[in-house]
Amino acid sequence: MLRELDVKEVTEKVRDLCIQANHFLSDDMKKALKNAETKETSELGKKILGQLQDNLNIASEEMIPICQDTGMAVFFLEIGQDLHFIGGNLTDAINEGVRRGYVEGYLRKSVVNDPILRINTNDNTPAIIHEEIVPGDKLKITFAPKGFGSENMSRIFMLKPAQGIEGVKEAVLQAVSDAGPNACPPMVVGVGIGGDFEKCAILAKKALTREIGTHSDIPYVADLEIELLNNINKTGIGPAGLGGNNTALAVNINTFPTHIAGLPVAVNICCHVNRHVSLVL
Amino acid sequence: MDHHISVPYTKEEASSLHSGDMVYLSGTIYTARDAAHKRMNEALNNSEDLPFDLSGNVIYYMGPSPARPGHAIGSAGPTTASRMDKYAPRLLDLGLSGMIGKGKRTEDVRQSIVRNGAIYFAAIGGAGALLSKSITSSEVIAYDDLGTEAIRKLTVKDLPCIVVIDSHGNNLYETAVEKYKMI
Repeated sequence: MLRELDVKEVTEKVRDLCIQANHFLSDDMKKALKNAETKETSELGKKILGQLQDNLNIASEEMIPICQDTGMAVFFLEIGQDLHFIGGNLTDAINEGVRRGYVEGYLRKSVVNDPILRINTNDNTPAIIHEEIVPGDKLKITFAPKGFGSENMSRIFMLKPAQGIEGVKEAVLQAVSDAGPNACPPMVVGVGIGGDFEKCAILAKKALTREIGTHSDIPYVADLEIELLNNINKTGIGPAGLGGNNTALAVNINTFPTHIAGLPVAVNICCHVNRHVSLVL
Repeated sequence: MDHHISVPYTKEEASSLHSGDMVYLSGTIYTARDAAHKRMNEALNNSEDLPFDLSGNVIYYMGPSPARPGHAIGSAGPTTASRMDKYAPRLLDLGLSGMIGKGKRTEDVRQSIVRNGAIYFAAIGGAGALLSKSITSSEVIAYDDLGTEAIRKLTVKDLPCIVVIDSHGNNLYETAVEKYKMI
């Protein structure tokens, strides 16, 4: 039995998600910032972490976006295979929701129509949409607007299998050290290991949407997340890159099978405004 | 050390500020980011006037979100300064006395800062709602078609900044990280 879903409902929900994500940071991120403040050894770092929490309060109380970079609109859709969309095209419906959310929500329009010609589209479209077909008849929408201060510091490494887990650790630390103050630390580090060139990048981006403080189900990956977080926090970069022991709030890693000849690693860095919201229709 | 400084400031005042100092800026500053810098650079290439006099002034690398009714500005935090590194030395040599942004600068920019007795300040990235409270007025003065990237004249009151690269060339991003490094 196919279930029908009118895409107008998708547009409405997407509009609301755009406004929600840019004004209200999720509880896991708020908790991580508070925890970082208590652990911070630098006096200036502690003060900055306090200001970042003040910023979140002002944002939600006065409806001023947490960061002026309200991001490029990234969506992860899990589409049940027994779902039938009616009333229009799903991609158009999502873009219409983004358009309405960014215009009606006083969010910044940060998208240009062409990477070289660079004319602002003035409505923050098009969105970047990743779809996955799953069992069932529901639609899960995850919205994760991505600022480019941190996006610009993200990297892909095509390692050799012989480099193994040590090579992965070096790659992640290299990306984080290079990012330094540019990525607005304390960061969240999304890592994708395996797959191929584009798959590892998508794994890394999706890892950023996982709840902070949770770990991979794979024991060695969970251990790697903890070890990398400890090592990143020894780099000295600290809050805002002005020194301290809280450079990252979390390292989230996703893995996927890969080719006998390869070990792709993607490091998608996000700032402390790691926005992610989900709903199911 | 904490300082309250009015902008524009004098070279002597700039020289008295040191890497790591907390500075609260009050007065008039101008916004410009990627696209506005490109246009200003083209204007200079064509021997045209710039939209504002650089001499003694401070540029805030910032593109705000739209202001809600009744607000002077929307969210207004700094953008990454390194993207303006290509243009900054030329503007500094023409009298620009300060830049507010976040993130690393090139050695070329650091030398231009020293040569001209200027300052590179950091504002806290990702604290745009908080920083907007220090901006009391905002007016687009040029390149309106660039939207958020237009040049704005801002009036600021106690805008919180940290001196990263001072006029003597000290760089807080390097010294602070060394201090807390454990590996």
